[in-house]
Amino acid sequence: MAQVSLNNVQKVYPNGFQALHPTGFEVADGEFVVLVGPSGCGKSTLLRMIAGLEDITDGSLHIGDRVVNHVDPADRDIAMVFQNYALYPHMTVRKNIAYGLQNRKIAKDVIAGKVAEAAEMLNLNDYLDRKPSQLSGGQRQRVAMGRAIVRDPSVFLFDEPLSNLDAKLRNQMRVEIKALQRRLGVTSIYVTHDQVEAMTMADRIIVMNAGRIEQIGTPSEVYHRPASTFVASFMGAPPMNMLPGVAENGAAHLFDLPIADQVAARGEVIVGIRPEDLIPDATGPLAIEVDHIEDLGAHRLLHGALRDARLTVHVSKDVEVAHGPLRVAIKPDAVSVFDVTSGARL
Amino acid sequence: MSDMTNPPRRRLRLGTIMDHAILIIGVLVMVLPLVMLVQMSSIPDTEIIKTGPSLHFGDQLDDNFEKAMFGATGFSGENAGTRMLMNSLILGIGFAVGKIVIGMMAAYAIVYFRLRFATLAFWVIFTTLLLPLEVRILPSYEVVQNLGMVNTYHGLIIPLIASATATFFFRQFFRSVPEELVEAARIDGAGPVRFFIDILVPLSQTMIAAMFIIMFVFGWNQYLWPTMITTEEGMFTLVRGIKQIVQVLEGNRVPEFGRANLLAIIAVVPPVLIVVFFQSWFVKGLTESDK
Ligand SMILES: Nc1ncnc2c1ncn2[C@@H]1O[C@H](COP(=O)(O)OP(=O)(O)O)[C@@H](O)[C@H]1O
Ligand SMILES: [Mg+2]
Repeated sequence: MAQVSLNNVQKVYPNGFQALHPTGFEVADGEFVVLVGPSGCGKSTLLRMIAGLEDITDGSLHIGDRVVNHVDPADRDIAMVFQNYALYPHMTVRKNIAYGLQNRKIAKDVIAGKVAEAAEMLNLNDYLDRKPSQLSGGQRQRVAMGRAIVRDPSVFLFDEPLSNLDAKLRNQMRVEIKALQRRLGVTSIYVTHDQVEAMTMADRIIVMNAGRIEQIGTPSEVYHRPASTFVASFMGAPPMNMLPGVAENGAAHLFDLPIADQVAARGEVIVGIRPEDLIPDATGPLAIEVDHIEDLGAHRLLHGALRDARLTVHVSKDVEVAHGPLRVAIKPDAVSVFDVTSGARL
Repeated sequence: MSDMTNPPRRRLRLGTIMDHAILIIGVLVMVLPLVMLVQMSSIPDTEIIKTGPSLHFGDQLDDNFEKAMFGATGFSGENAGTRMLMNSLILGIGFAVGKIVIGMMAAYAIVYFRLRFATLAFWVIFTTLLLPLEVRILPSYEVVQNLGMVNTYHGLIIPLIASATATFFFRQFFRSVPEELVEAARIDGAGPVRFFIDILVPLSQTMIAAMFIIMFVFGWNQYLWPTMITTEEGMFTLVRGIKQIVQVLEGNRVPEFGRANLLAIIAVVPPVLIVVFFQSWFVKGLTESDK
């Protein structure tokens, strides 16, 4: 087991493209950290640098108490699960799982024992003699997991391991991976572009954008106290409502309605409110004109206009709704205020 | 399915007959020279001189086979069919295996290692396609002669095996192998040699089989180089040795046409077997491997 720490790590690709600006964070022993961000923001680059598959342009990377900047991937004591599984197509499941151990010259009977144990854990017992091409997507993903588990590494690295699965299987595997990680207690870094995976699996989330870290925090912190408008709109579906506000006399106002105090800034600000923090209430202060209703079964999304701003209200299925005027109240303390130009939280 | 397909089957029939007719004609055209060879090796040598090829099959086939496989002429008596067959096999297999091994290793170096001038090196190798053995035969002979490799198997094979074709095909294939496989293997602790042997070679088996077919036949049919480099009869290959047999026309002897013709038939058999055998393997590799 080990912690991972990055110190001013950055990446400039040989073509001069800066994929990662100087970045530092620490992953505690046994922690499950999810790197999340839109496609192309540098998540894979960062993960592959930790794995040793990409050179580190500058900065230092520790795994455990070793600096591993120049250590070969095989010697970093990590295991990696790839998006397209990267199973060896000509080897049986058994050989696929055992291959990493064979290369480390471990005794045959020890390998057999470990493979059996991993297969048991992952329900792969019936498939050990099959080739990867004879497995379903979910089973292939399990084999990839098995390959990582048998090595008994101090860090697991996952690069979008569930992206190739269908939605239902993805939900199931999400739970399985998380349960497995909790059981094994192995430090894990998990890359995804799916904010649901990030919210449900992470002990801590690292939100990235354009080669920079936007926020590091627990899922609850990231969701409830987003550090920037980017985080606010990336995490959560539907995204947080962003409304034009004004800050004066230490408070933020939304269309003359004071909605947040202790705001030091002055002038224009952005007011962010999650759709579920807007509650239909006949005496509420905001008058909305609902023009579109999405029925999602368990709940409904009301899309409408508040003066000239668009917003979304999230209501449970039991609430009576109709097109037309609707008054809503704002849940106390559920408002985020952001700077207009930088997008940073105020 | 059975009763539903009856009416369309009627209509299909004419088309099917046409298809088969065309195929059968094709087969006949291709097989005719072989049939002629068989006919000519079934009659006495004197009859060939008198009448040439005809429709008359004689009874000399087994005699000629005996002579072709075990009889020998020439000075040393070492050019028996069996010996030449073995030499040809050594050349064909050595040639094919050598080309595949060299081609794979060259392609491996070019594709997987960040060499300084990898692309340039590749194109230099590629342009050697313009310089087949026939163009460089004198210097090649000179070198082989100086190294004392005349009349040896390695002298016969080595100068032929550097191969731009094989390198090119393996390069294209290696480039299609997913990058993640290389990375997974690196993390699994497979060094460059292990990766090559454990992963790349098994993945390439279809490619190797295809290359083997082409290269074996190519090597088997080599004529010019073996003619230059082998002067001892014990080193003759079939393709070269057959010529030698018919050449004894001087004097009052009738050339052993029957023997030569039968040797020609024997010379056709191994490449055919290789194609037939490897083709099934080839198809298996294509259908079973992971897409
Ligand atoms: N080998 C490379 N050379 C140059 N640029 C690259 C290379 N690999 C990735 N990039 C660029 O770096 C950025 C981050 O890529 P990546 O880390 O793969 O993003 P993602 O967050 O989708 O995993 C992208 O803009 C990509 O185009
Ligand atoms: Mg990626």
